Amino acid sequence: MNVSSVKGSMSISSSTSTWKAGDTISDQFPAGLRVLVVDDDPTCLMILEKMLIACLYKVTKCNRAETALSKLRENKNGYDIVLSDVHMPDMDGFKLLEHIGLEMDLPVIMMSADDGKKVVMKGVTHGACDYLIKPVRIEALKNIWQHVVRKRKNEWKEFEQSGSVEEGDRQPKQSDDADYSSSANEGNWKGSKKRKDEEEETDERDDTSTLKKPRVVWSVELHQQFVAAVNQLGIDKAVPKKILELMNVPGLTRENVASHLQKYRLYLRRLSGVSQHQSNLSTIISAQDPTFGSLSSLSGLDLQTLAATGQLPAQSLARLQAAGLGRATAKSGIPITLVDQRNIFSFENPKLRFGEGQQQHMTNKQQVNLLHGIPTTMEPKQLVSLRHAAQSIGNMNMQVPPHGAQSSQNNPLLMQMGQQQQQQQQQSRGQILVDSTINHAPRLSSSMGQPILSNGIATNVSSRNGIPENIRAPGYSQTPSMLNFPMNHASELPGNSFALGSTPGVSILTSKGAFQEDVNSEIKGSGGLMPSYDVFNDLDQHKLQSWELQNVGMAFDTSQHSNSLQGNLDLTQSALGQQGFSSGQMNGHNRSAAVASKAMFSTGDVKELGSAQNVNQHLNNLLVDNTIRVKSERVCDTSPANIFPDHFGQDDLMSALLKQQESVASSENEFDFDGYSMNNIPV
Amino acid sequence: MEVGQMQRRLVDYTKSLFMEGFLDAQFLQLQQLQDESNPDFVVEVVSLFFDDSEKLLNDLTMALDQPSVDFKKVDAHVHQLKGSSSSIGAQRVKNACIAFRSFCEEQNIDATLRCLQQVKQEYYLVKNKLETMLRLEQQIVAAGGSIPMIELGF
Repeated sequence: MNVSSVKGSMSISSSTSTWKAGDTISDQFPAGLRVLVVDDDPTCLMILEKMLIACLYKVTKCNRAETALSKLRENKNGYDIVLSDVHMPDMDGFKLLEHIGLEMDLPVIMMSADDGKKVVMKGVTHGACDYLIKPVRIEALKNIWQHVVRKRKNEWKEFEQSGSVEEGDRQPKQSDDADYSSSANEGNWKGSKKRKDEEEETDERDDTSTLKKPRVVWSVELHQQFVAAVNQLGIDKAVPKKILELMNVPGLTRENVASHLQKYRLYLRRLSGVSQHQSNLSTIISAQDPTFGSLSSLSGLDLQTLAATGQLPAQSLARLQAAGLGRATAKSGIPITLVDQRNIFSFENPKLRFGEGQQQHMTNKQQVNLLHGIPTTMEPKQLVSLRHAAQSIGNMNMQVPPHGAQSSQNNPLLMQMGQQQQQQQQQSRGQILVDSTINHAPRLSSSMGQPILSNGIATNVSSRNGIPENIRAPGYSQTPSMLNFPMNHASELPGNSFALGSTPGVSILTSKGAFQEDVNSEIKGSGGLMPSYDVFNDLDQHKLQSWELQNVGMAFDTSQHSNSLQGNLDLTQSALGQQGFSSGQMNGHNRSAAVASKAMFSTGDVKELGSAQNVNQHLNNLLVDNTIRVKSERVCDTSPANIFPDHFGQDDLMSALLKQQESVASSENEFDFDGYSMNNIPV
Repeated sequence: MEVGQMQRRLVDYTKSLFMEGFLDAQFLQLQQLQDESNPDFVVEVVSLFFDDSEKLLNDLTMALDQPSVDFKKVDAHVHQLKGSSSSIGAQRVKNACIAFRSFCEEQNIDATLRCLQQVKQEYYLVKNKLETMLRLEQQIVAAGGSIPMIELGF
């Protein structure tokens, strides 16, 4: 890479020449800047490319926004800055700008022949670093490096401001930062730049750009942890320093956290404009149960957002998921978007219910209809993606506030969870988690879109009948609802807390008779993620307990009705996960929700689950998250109805719920739920 | 004609294009971008401009020929043409596009049709001029001479 070669020389010179030799180094600096230019006009594109090359930049050109996005995604750290035209046939330039800001956090410069004030303003509001009017002159291009430097500088500043003194290996940068303030003065800048370069070079960063600090890739897990930490602290009080401490990720710097937090906040702000009811979710979500700890990191993103904004804009979630996850599973614009969310709440995913795989597990698995709030409309494939998302989401917000404080929240699930959490946290958590994991694991593998439901439902059913085993609830909880699937609880649940997400939970709710009741009421209320919660709420406390036990035992693979929570959880998890995931985007969210529900399960339970099969573990993670949340819901005795519905239109929920129930009922039959009668499903 | 003479002709001709407003300073930038590593840069860009513009003009003609004109689409095309012509430095084409756009906003069919004609006219004019100029350059290079850099006094 040019940059490296440039840097190489630069570093060498910088190291050897200290920073006096300004000329060589400063002259080199902007050189090698990696620019991605996007313009549908071939003439302009060619001219821009030539100009940028003349500026000694390293240029990559695209004539389509989609191509540009995929290039950026393939190589996140491969570019320093992006130049984009405003008017493009396949995607609006501002939309691209948003994507890049969310996913990659690169400086973006907009260009257009249009110099109208409105358009320029739009660029500003969407976060563009600059706006160039065409025809672009080479002089204008010669200065674009300033945006890269400025961004870095700001990140440093934030870093500093977060109050941490520890610069770690970034110390040199700090001093550079000070220098940057006088960057107007080229000489100073050179000096600082050189110093920075030196540091850059000497620090073993793999970042070859002298401009760049090593870029941290916000993986799903990392993001989950981040979200969990933020939730724990409270979105308003979350400062990079504390987040960093909470996350406890070696090698992560405050600066990284700070910039990520910035982006996250922006995202949340944007979301808050989307829907009001989401806010409830967010509150709930943010109130994550501390026990969950880092549950929500990843999926938390979505959930968080929801939490923060109180809305669950599916799309934003999806996007966020993707973004947060670092384009993990989430596809661009994760489909999970609001729609899914809604689905989740509306329990539309009959498919989710008792997915193919789930059926087996369903038998006496308590269908923890934790998710009944969560629409189970997730498609199988979505489940998978959900899974991913769920995982991340799970980490996200599912941390339903243990203290049932949320009841007021629209997210009945969350609320319930919260309440339940208080009471049952331990157990529910475990349960849910287990379930979710269960659901997740097995389900996902079987690509059961629905399966989660089945799992979840299965668990519900069993629980109903006092067969705690299959607490599939997690499945429900998993549903897309942003419930923060405490994926993070990975500690309790191995890995895939996604299951939570995947378990469309909702489906689960409906399917299980036992839970059905709960679910019904809950579902109706909650409309969405809450499903799991509802279920829990309705169920007796002790039922929950039994569930938990049962859930645990529900492990998918084992298809046992053992009392091990794990089993249940697993199933639920998978169910949840699947469901959640099917909805794709929502998955992420759902997962979180599921996770949250899982979280509700006592961690203790989770642990039990943990020992369960791998699958269970998987599920557990998912389930745990979900179940936990679900449990909390159940425990709280908040009528499910209130939980969900506010946001999601009770009617929808009801219908969805009904639908689900129906489907569930039918599926249940197949599953041989012990003595679970659907009769009492209060619809 | 000997090289020196050709070069003088080229310079005079190019200057006149600037004077008459067919080309603006942006074109100079393009010329300055041309170097040994990319000796045909100007020719390539100009050819690209021609191809692209002709397509746009066809699209515009078709769009305005519809019984019910979609002005948004027309405006989009004109915007595109404006962008590329300004990038190349085809000043008069760009100006014609600006006028065109304002009439599009008003959704004035007659005026926009007239504008289209105007734009086409300007386009063919500048195309002609550029081709002449480029041909002169080619001849000079073929005769062993180098292309003189234009020093614009204004």
